[in-house]
Amino acid sequence: MSTMSEPAREPIDFSSYPDASGHFGPYGGCFVPETLMTAIRELTEAYARYRLDAEFLAEFDNDCTQFVGRPSPLYLARRWTEKVGGARIYLKREDLNHTGAHKINNALGQALLAKRMGKRRVIAETGAGQHGVATATVAARLGMECVVYMGAEDIQRQSPNVFRMRLLGAEVVPVTSGTRTLKDALNEAMRDWVTNVDETFYIIGTVAGPHPYPMMVRDFQSIIGRETRHQILEQEGRLPDALVACVGGGSNAIGLFHPFLFDSEVQLHGVEAGGYGIDTGQHAAPLCAGKPGVLHGNRTYLMEDEWGQIMGTHSISAGLDYPGVGPEHAWLKDIKRAVYTSVTDDEAMAGFHELTRTEGIIPALETAHALFYAGQLAREMGPGRSIVVNLSGRGDKDLQTVANREGITL
Amino acid sequence: MSRIEARFKALRASRRKALIPYVTAGDPHPGFTVPLLHGLVDAGADIVEIGVPFSDPIGDGPVIQMACERALAHHIGLDDVLAMVRDFRSRDADTPVVLMGYMNPIEVMGHRRFADEAAAAGVDGVLTVDMPPEEMGDFSDCLAAAGLDPIFLIAPTTTEERIRLICDNARGFVYYVSLKGVTGADTMDVDTVAGRVDSIHAVTGLPVGVGFGISSPEMAAKMSRASDAVIVGSVLVRRIAEHGGDDESTLRDVTGLLRAMREAMDTEAEVPA
Repeated sequence: MSTMSEPAREPIDFSSYPDASGHFGPYGGCFVPETLMTAIRELTEAYARYRLDAEFLAEFDNDCTQFVGRPSPLYLARRWTEKVGGARIYLKREDLNHTGAHKINNALGQALLAKRMGKRRVIAETGAGQHGVATATVAARLGMECVVYMGAEDIQRQSPNVFRMRLLGAEVVPVTSGTRTLKDALNEAMRDWVTNVDETFYIIGTVAGPHPYPMMVRDFQSIIGRETRHQILEQEGRLPDALVACVGGGSNAIGLFHPFLFDSEVQLHGVEAGGYGIDTGQHAAPLCAGKPGVLHGNRTYLMEDEWGQIMGTHSISAGLDYPGVGPEHAWLKDIKRAVYTSVTDDEAMAGFHELTRTEGIIPALETAHALFYAGQLAREMGPGRSIVVNLSGRGDKDLQTVANREGITL
Repeated sequence: MSRIEARFKALRASRRKALIPYVTAGDPHPGFTVPLLHGLVDAGADIVEIGVPFSDPIGDGPVIQMACERALAHHIGLDDVLAMVRDFRSRDADTPVVLMGYMNPIEVMGHRRFADEAAAAGVDGVLTVDMPPEEMGDFSDCLAAAGLDPIFLIAPTTTEERIRLICDNARGFVYYVSLKGVTGADTMDVDTVAGRVDSIHAVTGLPVGVGFGISSPEMAAKMSRASDAVIVGSVLVRRIAEHGGDDESTLRDVTGLLRAMREAMDTEAEVPA
């Protein structure tokens, strides 16, 4: 595990990012084939209209309460805190949302937007399957046709979620091109969108992709941070000293971080997938070990080879197995408002077991990366301070992976 | 005058339409590309379009995507592609060369260095599928300084306002995507395409090429009547894929198809309107 921490230097008006064309400093933007540009424009205009529309926001809030089960609790992990012997660790329980992860917040928001735009068909890419399940769920509820693209390798390691999506009426399309994981699923979903652009709304699951997706997904996920802010003030009487979240594309992290960007005293820690270790090259940590480039519609940090080909990534968790990262994270890294670190597969497994045994909560393997790091950070910070970890998803979907890894046949 | 502009001017003078084949560099292996390019020119290509392989070609269908994967299995980088262009230029000083690909390999090389090295190698035009005019920034200046023509796609869904924006930023020609979808899809309506090409001609003096989904000599002929240039890619690349291995017969087959397209287009040009 590696850490670094430096405070932000000068006040920045975070609310003015991204700019009108979707840029976070040098990152973000809208790098898409012309075949998609009109659809992107249509989406940008629709979202600009509804993001401040009282009726739209009221419907989103109401569904968050009645369908998703929000607000999710902010839970003080008392026994784990005592065991670690450092800062008080709070868990933002996104695992308790309907469908078991934070992904539903965004899928719901985009599906409601799709409905207002008159689209009858939604498509999505998925890695771990959480975003696919969330999309299939809202599509079933709204009576929309749903197609989910998923890497053939991920279909193998996340079979319960595949079954769940099919039960919900979604068509799950295996993607066998390239590395057969999340990035290739995203490629296929883009191709579907280009082809069926009139009737189709593409629900991207993370804060990546072309503008307006990084902004829109952030806005829908920011409900996590807004609730957290309110809850921590109620429980602690002051803001937390640090926020910790895992970062694949970065949607759960930005959702937690964003409402705290102006609070320079609150440290923001993003945890990428270190796989077998950064020095092995077998990881999914573009912010820690990548370079800026252009992929999937935005400029951001990428894992690429010397000729700009996107590299295969490795992580124990399918949801973090992505060679890019949301452009706002790239920018927050460069301006040093957030710090990004990595946790290996083995360390994440340790975090997984630690939380399960100490708090009776089985976390997703994605989340386990953040948990391991949070334990270290809490010890480092010492008593009297507080940390909030985004418990972004529950671990039911990972039981097979954990069992396989430990040589157990279920 | 750029090589592309000169070529279109000459074609207009002889009342012919341009035939532009696309092949992916390094597909199925690096040694095949330059002989193939010469063969395509001999078969009647007026401009050649060379695909720069990329790992994540979101604008392309499975045919071009597989071509990229075959080329990448040989670790074909942008520098290898430029070396192929240099090699091609050593025997062909006249046929314009357009590179078609995605932005990231160029980002890694650097905008200026890419533009300078591409121009020095003998490249004439650059089409980066995922780089719209709005994001061009300094890349536009780099291409202009090196004398390279930026080529852009116009889609069936592109609004008139955007057609103007694109044509203001383009040089050489513009590339009308004749159907909704990715490269290699197979439905198309000639009259609709003709209407769209007319509306592009109404806003620009640049030649308009039509591509995506042109798969037979008959269709190439029809499309040539409706436009200034016919671009064929997937149908050629599919032939390469189906052959697998035997260079000589692959070359014969691919250039034979292109020659049939050339003949159909030239015959069409002689039919009175």
